[in-house]
Amino acid sequence: MTVLGMPYKLDRLRQGDLGAWPVVGGLIAIAVVFGSLNEHFLSPENLTNLVLQMAATGTIALGIIMVLLLGEIDLSAGSVSGLCAVVMTILSVRHGWNPVLAIVVAVLVGSAVGLLHGVMHTRLYMPSFVVTLAGLIGWQGLLIYLLGQGGTINLPFDGFIAGLSDTWLPPWLAWLLVAVLVGAYAAAGVITRRLRVAAGLPVKPSHWIALRIGGLAVLLAGAVVVLSADRGVPLLLVIFGALVIGLDLVLRHTAFGRWMYAVGGNAEAARRAGINVTRIRVLAFVLSSTLAAFGGILAASRLAAVNQSSGGSDILLMAIAAAVIGGTSLFGGRGRTYAALLGILVIQSITNGMLLLNVDSSVRFMVTAAVLALAVAIDSLARRGSAR
Amino acid sequence: MISATGITKRYGAVQALDGANLDLREGEVVALMGDNGAGKSTLVKTVSGVVIPDEGTITLDGRPAKITTPHDAQSLGISTVYQDLALCENLDVVANLFLGSERRRWSILNHIKMERATRDLLDQLDVRIRDIRVPVASLSGGQRQSVAIARALVGDPRVVILDEPTAALGVEQTAQVLDLIRRLRDRNLAVLVISHNLADVRAVSDRVVVLRLGRNAGEFVTADTSQEAIVAAITGAAA
Ligand SMILES: Nc1ncnc2c1ncn2[C@@H]1O[C@H](COP(=O)(O)OP(=O)(O)O)[C@@H](O)[C@H]1O
Ligand SMILES: [Mg+2]
Repeated sequence: MTVLGMPYKLDRLRQGDLGAWPVVGGLIAIAVVFGSLNEHFLSPENLTNLVLQMAATGTIALGIIMVLLLGEIDLSAGSVSGLCAVVMTILSVRHGWNPVLAIVVAVLVGSAVGLLHGVMHTRLYMPSFVVTLAGLIGWQGLLIYLLGQGGTINLPFDGFIAGLSDTWLPPWLAWLLVAVLVGAYAAAGVITRRLRVAAGLPVKPSHWIALRIGGLAVLLAGAVVVLSADRGVPLLLVIFGALVIGLDLVLRHTAFGRWMYAVGGNAEAARRAGINVTRIRVLAFVLSSTLAAFGGILAASRLAAVNQSSGGSDILLMAIAAAVIGGTSLFGGRGRTYAALLGILVIQSITNGMLLLNVDSSVRFMVTAAVLALAVAIDSLARRGSAR
Repeated sequence: MISATGITKRYGAVQALDGANLDLREGEVVALMGDNGAGKSTLVKTVSGVVIPDEGTITLDGRPAKITTPHDAQSLGISTVYQDLALCENLDVVANLFLGSERRRWSILNHIKMERATRDLLDQLDVRIRDIRVPVASLSGGQRQSVAIARALVGDPRVVILDEPTAALGVEQTAQVLDLIRRLRDRNLAVLVISHNLADVRAVSDRVVVLRLGRNAGEFVTADTSQEAIVAAITGAAA
C-alpha cells in the first residue's frame, strides 16, 4: 500500500472514497473564514498556540483511532489520560521520582488499564462501549481519590515535565528535521519504484512521485517558516508528529497493522485466516489507553499542573470527534493515523478562531457538532458508495 | 489420494453423517450433491478440520492423517473456499490473498513480493481484475469468488474444496468461475465442489458423489450418466 498510483486514486474517488480531501478543503475554508474575520488568526503566534493546544487531545485521538479501526469505541480515554497524568505528577512531585521514570510508569499504568479493558472485552464478551463507559467513570473516580484533599498538584515550571511543552527547536535543527523527513520520503519513493520496476510491477509516472516529494517539502518548509517567525518549532509538535508517522508506518507496513485492518473489516475472515483476533483486539485497547496516557502527560505539561478536571470536560468528545472528522470510519477497517492530525487541526482551529472572535462557547459547540455530523455523513455515504 | 472412510457424526439427536465415504484424486473434479441436510457441509468440514468426526478415518496417500484443526488441514495441503468467501472487503486483492500468511521479514510486510505473486497467480488462472489495489468491496461477485479461489491456492495446496461456488452468481460470472475450476484441475489439484446446480455439475465435474441422509447414495462418472439418474439418487426415488 506504499504506492498509490494516480489511476488508483481516481478509481477511489469515483467510488465515493474521498480520502482526506473533504478535511483539507474544510481546513482551507476555516483558514479563509477566520483569517478574514480576524487578522490575528493566521499570525505565527496564534498558529504556534494552535499547535500547542492540539498536541495533547490529538494524541488521545490517535489512540481512539486504534479502536475505531476495529469498529470498537473507547470512552475511557479522557479519564485514563487524566489518571495517568496524576500518577506521573504524584510520583515526580510528591515522591520526588526522576521525571522520566515517572513518565514511563504513568505510560505503563495506561497500558495496564488498556490491557484490563481488552481482557474484559474479549474474555468476558462485554461490549467495548460498556467496558470503557465503566472505565470513564471508574478511572475518573480513582483520579479524584489519588488527588485527595488538595485537588490540585502543580508541576515545577522549570522542571523537565513542564519543560516538554516549553521547548523549541533551534532553526538549524528544525531545518535538519525537514531535510531528513523529505529525504527519507524521497528515498523510500525512489527505492520502491526501482524495486517495483525490477519486479515487473506497474509504477506511477516519476513526475507524480516528484510532485508528492515537492508537496511534502513545501508543506514542511512552510510550517517551519511560520513557526520560526514566532518561538520556533515546538517539541510538542515533534512528539505528536512522530507518533502519527510512526503509527502510520506500523499500520501499513507490518503484519500487525495489516491484521488490525483485517479484524476491523471482517473479524470472522481474519479468524479463519489464522489471525489471533483476540490478541489484536486486546492490543488495540492497550494502544488506545497508552496513547491516552501520553496525551494526558502532554496536557499536564502544558498546564504545569493536574487537578480534578484533568482529562475531563470535553476532551474525550473532542478526541473522538477529531478521529472521525479526520476520516476514520466508525464502521471499522478504514482510516489512517493522519486523521488524528487533520481532525484535531479542524476542531482546534474552530475553537481557537471562535475564542479570538469572542464567540460564546455555546456557538463553538454547535459549530463543532455540525462539522462532526458532516464528517459522519460523508463516512456513511462513502461506505454505501463503495459497497456494491 | 485423499480418502475419508466410514465417517459418522452426530449432533445430539441428528445423525448428520452415518458412515459416509469420499475419495479424491489428483487432476479430478468431484461434485458432491445431495438434498439440504444430507450432510455435505459436515462431510467437507471433517476433511477441512472444522469438525472432528465421531468415527471414521481420513487417509492421505494411504497414510492415516490426523486432522483436528483447520490449520492441520492447511498444512496437509487441504484448502477450503467457504460459501461466504471470508474476504475482508476493506482490503485490496493482494492483502486478501495473503491474509494470515503475509510474506514478511521481522513482521515488515514485503509488499512487492506479494503483489508479484498475486499478479502471477491471477494471470495463471486467467482472472481479470483491472486494478488489484482497490478494496475488494468494489469488485463484482464473480471477481470476489475468483479472489477467494485464488486465495485458496496461495499455500500451494493439493486439495481444494469449494462450497457452493456459483450459488450467488449470474450466468456470465458462473461461466467464469466454472472455467476457473477447470483450470484448477489442469493444475493437477484434487477438486471437490459442493453444488446444487445440476447444469454446473455436469459442465465441470468428472465424477458425482451423492449423499442422502448422511450416507453415500450413489457415485457416477458424469460423462456417462443421465441427469435423471443423479436426481433419483438425490431424492431417493428408485431409478
Ligand atoms: N453444528 C450443528 N449443530 C447441530 N446440527 C447440525 C450442525 N451442523 C449440521 N447439523 C445437522 O446435520 C445435518 C447435516 O447438515 P449439513 O452437513 O449442513 O447438510 P448439507 O450441507 O448437506 O445441507 C442437518 O440435519 C443439520 O441440521
Ligand atoms: Mg451445506
